[in-house]
Amino acid sequence: MKAGGGFRIVRAVLLGLFALYFFLPLISMANFSVQGKGPLKGTITFHYYAELVRNEDLRSAIISSLLLAVLTVVLMVVLLVPTMIWVRLRTPGLSRLVEFLCLLPLTVPPLVIVVGISNVYTWVNYLLGDSPQVLAFAYVVLVLPYSYRSIDSALSAIDVATLAEAARSLGANWLTVITRIVLPNIVSGVLGAAFITIALVLGEYVFASLLHYDTMPVALAAIYKSETSTAIAGGFASIVVISLLLLGLSFFNRNQAPDVGGQKE
Amino acid sequence: MTHTQARPEAGLAVELTDLTRVYGQVRALDGLTLHLAPGELVALLGPSGCGKTTALRILAGLDQPTSGRVEVGGKDLTRVSANKRDMGMVFQAYSLFPHMTVIDNVAFGLKLRRKDGAARRTRAGDMLDLVGLGEHADRYAHQLSGGQQQRVALARALAIEPSVLLLDEPLSALDAKVRVQLRDEIRRVQIEVGTTTLFVTHDQEEALAVADRVGVMNAGHLEQLAPPADLYSAPASRFVGEFVGLSNRLPAEVQGDVASVLGQNVPVLPGSATGSGTALVRPECVSVVADEAGQARVTTVQFLGPLSRVTCTLADGTDVIAQLASSDALRLQPGDAVRLEVAPTAVLVVAG
Repeated sequence: MKAGGGFRIVRAVLLGLFALYFFLPLISMANFSVQGKGPLKGTITFHYYAELVRNEDLRSAIISSLLLAVLTVVLMVVLLVPTMIWVRLRTPGLSRLVEFLCLLPLTVPPLVIVVGISNVYTWVNYLLGDSPQVLAFAYVVLVLPYSYRSIDSALSAIDVATLAEAARSLGANWLTVITRIVLPNIVSGVLGAAFITIALVLGEYVFASLLHYDTMPVALAAIYKSETSTAIAGGFASIVVISLLLLGLSFFNRNQAPDVGGQKE
Repeated sequence: MTHTQARPEAGLAVELTDLTRVYGQVRALDGLTLHLAPGELVALLGPSGCGKTTALRILAGLDQPTSGRVEVGGKDLTRVSANKRDMGMVFQAYSLFPHMTVIDNVAFGLKLRRKDGAARRTRAGDMLDLVGLGEHADRYAHQLSGGQQQRVALARALAIEPSVLLLDEPLSALDAKVRVQLRDEIRRVQIEVGTTTLFVTHDQEEALAVADRVGVMNAGHLEQLAPPADLYSAPASRFVGEFVGLSNRLPAEVQGDVASVLGQNVPVLPGSATGSGTALVRPECVSVVADEAGQARVTTVQFLGPLSRVTCTLADGTDVIAQLASSDALRLQPGDAVRLEVAPTAVLVVAG
């Protein structure tokens, strides 16, 4: 269908409005974070970005958060990927239950979960110490709904059952089926789940703050009053990193998208 | 009729003994016993839900029988898991691994068997040449047509030198022309490698065209297992007679081993009913002769090339289909009075 002139104008206006809505705050943040204040007043400076690594507390919080993100991704992949493949291959009857369990965290407000698990964390701290990385256990639950969706759609795109049977008839055991046949074909879904997990972990505040862990969002919030520019610089930097990750993911998906179905003879 | 054209020394005998598979309330297999001679291609034919696929999956180890035994080459495999059975399988759905090239797909089973790289590539290349796809070795599945994908799947199944080749409706996702080509190709390759083969299909033409013997299945058991020509000319049961090929259902009166059909005496097959019943008569066994005093009238004449199909109606309204040489059939016009004659080939007479 050919777009009429009127439609094109409406589309341009709408796109412009959305762009404004999304990018204005980002541009303001970026602008604010490079404007010198106090003695640096009137200059454009990356001083506050440097401050992110120069400030001892902030640096350790950022490192904590990055470690936490990696740990959560690893835990999520190790738990979720084999489980989902197994359910699909061997116990398809359980798939509804697994989906329900994975989506459940969406329906409970984080605040409620925190209150619920704070007692559990007394024990976690007792057994595993109180480094912020123990938050990974809670974050895995938090990212389940998104990771599940991402992996599930990748699994649906291939005929897992037939591929597995073909591999088994050729002599593959279950471990080989999962690692060498199924996994390589759902890489895009697993990467998607990983990137969403990183984005979520780098932005999570409620859990960390209420359970008293110094992660990056908590540390940034703590200095927001006294060192606003540094806090804004930190926030902007994390937004850029996460956007780049998600952008990378969409490019990856585009290159991976298989040509479904054979061509005609 | 030809029986086992393959080199018998290359294949192993397969024995399925009294296999039963129950899913909840459904008996998918009900005491199936089937023997495949070494190197033989047996097709299992039947309507959907007759248990043919279940039988194949049990032989493959992808399903477990509720009771019964699976033996290949004298070894009991009933409790051996699928990945240790050494069976090559081609599936109805496209099953090439999408992340591997064609040659890597074919070599996958060899890799699992820890064959070294050079031997693997040689063997996989040979298999691809065997199915005529040597020059497509470095393509991916999505760059191939459906027929080519199934040929690669066949090469992949044969690369491991399987004890048994299992074909689970490998042609049903393809369009008609490719299907005929590929089925002939499967038969050529199977004879060349001599692997004992079980071919499951719901398409009787396919089964009759490629198999040494065809097993017709119904409701979880084998109705008849016979070479294609025997199956066609001497059905052992009503189900086989009606399922395989086209039959006229004509009233018959059986006395001893002779039935009276359309006023003519015809020998009956073993297993026929006695007294009055219905004879299953093939269209090519009916001839049509123009005769003003005949008992039937021509309804339609359908030209099919060298042969034509003539439909006649008896006085009581029964339709009789006859298959004639077109040169004879074209002399007939709808409305002509004709006399129907039944060739004296043995027929199956069923009750009712």
